[in-house]
Amino acid sequence: MTIVETRAKRGDAADGTLGGRLSRIDGPAKITGVADYALEHHPEGMVHAVLVESAIASGRVLAIDASAAKVAPGVLLVLTPDNAMPIKSATDWLNTPPADTPYEPLARTITFAGQHVAAVIAETFEQATAAAALVKVSYEETPAIFGLDDPKAGDGMPIDRMTIEWGDAQGALATAPVSIKQEYRTPREYNVPIEPHGLIAEWQSNKLTVWEPSQWIDGMARTYAEWFDIPFENVQLRSPYIGGGFGSKALPLEHGAIAINAARMLGRPVKLAVTRAQTFTAYGGRPATRQTIELGATREGKLVSIIQTGANETSIKDVAVEPLGSVTSIMYATPNFSSRQNIVRVNTVKPGALRAPGENPSAFGIECAIDELAYEIGIDPLDIRLLNYAEEDPHSKKPWSTRRLREAYAAGADAFGWSKRHPKPRSMREGNALIGYGVAAGTYPVRRTPGEALVRILGNGSVEVASSGIDMGQGTYTILAQTAAEAIGVPVEVVKVKLGDSSLPRAPVAGGSQLANLMTGAVHKAALAARDELIGLAINDPKSPFRDLQANTLVVENGQISSPRDTGSSIGIAEVMQRTGRERIEALRDTLPEKLRNDKDHFRNFTTITTMLSPTEGDYSLHSWCVHFVEVRVDQDFGTVRVARMVSALDSGRLYNPKLAESQWKGGIIMGIGQALLEEGLVDARNARVINNNLSDYLVPTNADIPDLKVISVGTPDTNASVLGGKAVGELGIVGVAPAIANAVYHATGVRVRDLPITLEKLI
Amino acid sequence: MRDFSYLRATSVEEAISAAAMPATMLLAGGTTLLDLAKCGVAEPERVVDISHLEGLDAIHVDAKGATIGALARMSRVASDEAIKAHFPAVSEALWQAASAQIRNMATIGGNLLQRTRCAYFRDPVTFPNCNKRNPGSGCAAVTGVNRNHSVLGGNSACIATYPGDLAVALTALDAVVHLGDRQVPIDDFFLLPGSTPDKEHAMRPGEIITAISIPASPVARHSTFLKVRDRQSYEFAAASAAVGMDLAADGRTIRDIRVAIGGVATKPWRLRAVEDALRGKALEPDTVKQASRLAIEGAVDHGANHYKIELAPRVVERAILKLGAAA
Repeated sequence: MTIVETRAKRGDAADGTLGGRLSRIDGPAKITGVADYALEHHPEGMVHAVLVESAIASGRVLAIDASAAKVAPGVLLVLTPDNAMPIKSATDWLNTPPADTPYEPLARTITFAGQHVAAVIAETFEQATAAAALVKVSYEETPAIFGLDDPKAGDGMPIDRMTIEWGDAQGALATAPVSIKQEYRTPREYNVPIEPHGLIAEWQSNKLTVWEPSQWIDGMARTYAEWFDIPFENVQLRSPYIGGGFGSKALPLEHGAIAINAARMLGRPVKLAVTRAQTFTAYGGRPATRQTIELGATREGKLVSIIQTGANETSIKDVAVEPLGSVTSIMYATPNFSSRQNIVRVNTVKPGALRAPGENPSAFGIECAIDELAYEIGIDPLDIRLLNYAEEDPHSKKPWSTRRLREAYAAGADAFGWSKRHPKPRSMREGNALIGYGVAAGTYPVRRTPGEALVRILGNGSVEVASSGIDMGQGTYTILAQTAAEAIGVPVEVVKVKLGDSSLPRAPVAGGSQLANLMTGAVHKAALAARDELIGLAINDPKSPFRDLQANTLVVENGQISSPRDTGSSIGIAEVMQRTGRERIEALRDTLPEKLRNDKDHFRNFTTITTMLSPTEGDYSLHSWCVHFVEVRVDQDFGTVRVARMVSALDSGRLYNPKLAESQWKGGIIMGIGQALLEEGLVDARNARVINNNLSDYLVPTNADIPDLKVISVGTPDTNASVLGGKAVGELGIVGVAPAIANAVYHATGVRVRDLPITLEKLI
Repeated sequence: MRDFSYLRATSVEEAISAAAMPATMLLAGGTTLLDLAKCGVAEPERVVDISHLEGLDAIHVDAKGATIGALARMSRVASDEAIKAHFPAVSEALWQAASAQIRNMATIGGNLLQRTRCAYFRDPVTFPNCNKRNPGSGCAAVTGVNRNHSVLGGNSACIATYPGDLAVALTALDAVVHLGDRQVPIDDFFLLPGSTPDKEHAMRPGEIITAISIPASPVARHSTFLKVRDRQSYEFAAASAAVGMDLAADGRTIRDIRVAIGGVATKPWRLRAVEDALRGKALEPDTVKQASRLAIEGAVDHGANHYKIELAPRVVERAILKLGAAA
């Protein structure tokens, strides 16, 4: 069990309350190395598993010759599909019932290079690594499709549920006085968290303990229970700290099944950490996308039609959809609209979620296209956005709960100095630097799943909060301490938050930027219940100075209960607990609707995403909004693009902790700079392998690439979006960054780059 | 598990005799060796640790020039005041190389011997064909993903780019590599791939780099290193140029000039044609531009790396003009 204690508070005393700028309370543990990450455990008798990967991208395994590996020093087991103990298929995250056929995490049929075909388990990691190289796999190879540009890939198949249409988009476009049509592309991008994926699995009879970084404790624990046919309660998944996930650590993966199975077969704890190279093949990142956007407008720049046709790559076996119409369909008011999307099967690992899946490439398309239209019409790119401002959700036709994008445009433009922009491309320079200003907007929906939390008031007056929800750096520990402290009326220092353990009360996935809102809501509810019980004790205790007072006349503040309307006397929480002989007050509360308050639906709520409400469920359309203003400097001879400064104004509703929210926004913005200028999985067309599968060749930004980032919060509390008024934070910041930079590069150079990343050869 | 024997040499002489044994590699800073061992390229049977040998890390600068011990760390050389004053291109090249962590570990001798970043060279399991690793097996890069590969000095056997920055500055400044008593001019130290891409330098079995010397000169004193790259730090050069220039008293006649480029060739690439075209000429932008175009004489691209042919002369031109403006 990991307990994060709140350390000495810095700065203003108000930092500890909700909305205060409290520093991350898990920070000192991380900085001093005390934080125990999953792979740093060393259970007695632990052995090591190393994966053997497919050398081909398409075909089938004919035979695995493990004879040399088996007799290599230290080797305990060479796991292949033929000797693995059977694993059952499991219910998936959409609650799809499992297949009757067994689940085989080691592949016999090969659909991508790097697929796991065997695993070697040995006493030491080095022995397992050496023996894995001795496993000889023979294949029957068939032609592979390396990516979207492979002629064999074709146009793909339409995904009808992605079709969004209203009005007569084709007809309106045909008669529009002004129109543009362009294709925009984003490459394969990877999550590359600094902490690699991996786990330590330990069995004790039919009980399984797994230490593993996880964005979704309960979802993954359910899968493990079903795979290995044990009760859910028999799985303990522990993930107190996570070294970056960005969407990639939410779902169980093949290597998890392999390690757990090996531990079961050997009767010893097994550790499996994927290598850095395997972070490109053990799970997928953002799929490559392409989209064609046609805009029709009046001569003044008022949109009359938007037509989008897009496609993303997916794997041979799976359907992964990167929704390219998600921003296109809500950002601007247009009477006529059409968006359609295909998926194209290629020989790659199944693509996964990478920060703002859908919204991110969607915004790249529409926000570049609207910029192109502005130049075509001859008006300011900011003005065209205001001219086509959507006063209501153009897709659902519902009112926005809050949409402070207009305020964001104004605040951002003012702070950036947008009015100093010279409208003509390639007209601003300083020495060899071509200077460009660019703007682009972004949005991310508010997703809502009911939550649950346990709040305890202990005899010494301290408070505990417990949840299986996780903190991957976004600040869950901190904001939940602030929430409980404020709701009960204690200093934040006395609140301990326990997270990341499946033995704790349930939590849904930390994904879709939903966790902060749903967890603060649940903790708030549980904390108020605990506070009510505390006050009940105070007024019922014969020795209490508040005996027989009305509950609503009492105030709990800074750990003291007082009655300002009455005597003004005040006693500490610990004293009340002591006088009444209570060791603890405990309140477990959920925010489930009544119809889901039964065991089956409760379980479903936390182990699938089937109870997650869409952003337009209810009376309003719920979204966060942002705008990025960018100044780039492009070397006129070298084509190198440097982001010189950036101002972003964002509407995430109420911020529970502005310091942490700003950090999250900035993290997203930095990832967006990397996406715009650096990141691209390079695939060798001859064997469909990603060849820059390391952090030296897959470039992410360094500190030197990032200027000072100014972020401005323009949000106001939105209680239609969440109990305490927050909207989405985590995935918002990245959305719109890449188009803002692409637009700035155009303004600087007069060269429009429509395929990311914007590398120097595209500009010289 | 791959075992190897580890020998901690107690003297240069012992290191030399140990290094003469087959399948033996020297360990100094370890930043390249460890990296190559992890990706399965370096599989030594013996590792000879020279990192602690005394007297091999001295930096000595006098009127004749600089002598830098092979074990001097990159960061120490980069920050040495005398090196900064008399050989600024050397310091600038080092500051722009690698990361702070690597610069604090890596040695000058090992820096010269760093291996290419060619992805095919670095993945022996997937790409067994690599003439550098496995002579005669072919080259996967020529028809592969080769955006970062060379446009100069390569052939169908190998187009791997020499990745370093320091060696480019040293090549411009006529440095000499000391292999014990034998001294080799740096331009002769690095070899073209020819038909033997596995042979990257002129060291004989058992030889070790003991020092690097750089002759003092007006061109060395007025030198600079310009590096263009995809990201601002911790990244290899898309193209780089080291330039040393001596202007006459009129402040515009080029009395002497040295130019070398990196990131575009199979070895650090000295540009004598550019130097000859500028020596004795007035430092005029047009003259410099014309001369800089000679940088890519004989260049051959492979599609994705075509931009290097455009980029390299521009980097040379900018470096010369920058140096001229600072004079």
